[in-house]
Amino acid sequence: MDVTKVIDAKGLACPMPIVRTKKAMNDLESGQILEVHATDKGAKSDLSAWAKSGGHELLKDTEENDVLKFWIKKG
Amino acid sequence: MAVNMMTAHEVTKKVINKEELFILDVRNPDAFSDWKIEGENFDYLNIPYFELLDGVDEVLDKIPSNKEVLVVCAKEGSSVMVAEMLSDEGLTVSVLQGGMKAWSEHLEPVKVGDLKGGGEVYQFVRIGKGCLSYMVLSDGEAAIIDATRMIDVFIDFAKSKEAKITNVFDTHLHADHISGGRKIAEQTGATYWMPSQDAQEVTFTYTALEGGQEVTIGNTAIDIHALYTPGHTIGSTSFVVDDKFLLTGDILFIDSIGRPDLAGRAEDWGGDLRESLYTRYRELSSELIVLPAHFMIMDELNEDGSVGEKLGVLFKQNHGLNIADETAFRKLVTENLPPQPNAYHEIRETNMGMIDPEEEKQREMEIGPNRCAVR
Repeated sequence: MDVTKVIDAKGLACPMPIVRTKKAMNDLESGQILEVHATDKGAKSDLSAWAKSGGHELLKDTEENDVLKFWIKKG
Repeated sequence: MAVNMMTAHEVTKKVINKEELFILDVRNPDAFSDWKIEGENFDYLNIPYFELLDGVDEVLDKIPSNKEVLVVCAKEGSSVMVAEMLSDEGLTVSVLQGGMKAWSEHLEPVKVGDLKGGGEVYQFVRIGKGCLSYMVLSDGEAAIIDATRMIDVFIDFAKSKEAKITNVFDTHLHADHISGGRKIAEQTGATYWMPSQDAQEVTFTYTALEGGQEVTIGNTAIDIHALYTPGHTIGSTSFVVDDKFLLTGDILFIDSIGRPDLAGRAEDWGGDLRESLYTRYRELSSELIVLPAHFMIMDELNEDGSVGEKLGVLFKQNHGLNIADETAFRKLVTENLPPQPNAYHEIRETNMGMIDPEEEKQREMEIGPNRCAVR
């Protein structure tokens, strides 16, 4: 996957993972991919709901050793 | 304008007193539709916090100016952010301290009655999740039934009553919440009882609870009579306390009955459930006050916030006790059941001691309503 930018939101509690993600997304061009790392469990459902409502596409998400990773394509 | 913090205890008082409250729930719509703070005179607006990052303009005209406003999220952080934005616009709003996490864990002790020998019975209402635990106090001794995992609340309460916790019971192996029974017993040296038929896979030692046993609390002999009433689980046991209270566990609720399917045995246990509800309970005094292990809707709360009703009244009013046709009854308890509680397999495994998740994980497993009943 051709990732344009990586955001490290590990250790941050809600709402910071989404605040950071949104900010980073503003700097991206449509079609570019943002990779987000987070540890807040709530980030999973919130990021997918946020991506959907913003017209972005959540390409993939993984969970390894309590770290959640997301790949979001800007819409 | 200020952002106030409102505690789960304060919100509980508003539920019990049927006060008005406007709840701005900023969790995502799935979480909100699954589980929210229920109150008879509460109004709601659900807009996820991530749609308000650029400003709260779109919600300003949807928030009434004549009602108290409470902003709610999962753990507090996002509601503080939204509340501060609303405050900047000149509104006075409160935030639920600790969010739905705190709401799920809050226990409200309510006295349900006195005992013949001078003791008392308290019900611990877990208002956000609908779980009910009990403490029987007599002559400096305490017994706890169906404790939740917030064990300090029970231990501190017993301390405040200058009572020593001597016996801890679980009416059955719970599937909707993590029991605190074993941990309380470990910390206090009390005897931990659970029905042996529900305990076949447990990894710890316990004292086997069998129908017909009697346990005495305090010198004035408050007796707890165990009554074997299978159906929700194969080991489910009810208790008659002081010939006055009937603790029904997850077999009989105020406005519903237990579901037999949470261990994957609905077909087998449907018949047991009927036997317990339609034969064994019928043999008891209709004057007994039924104290269940759950409530499902706020309508089941009495004026004082307690949950309980005379057995005779339930025989008349509870739909689940009034299905004459056995086939129709079996159909009710095996078909079209509500969704199962969140993470119920893992919760059962935790209660059997097979897994020991850390606290944060336990919280997450218990998110949502209890869903132990059928109506």
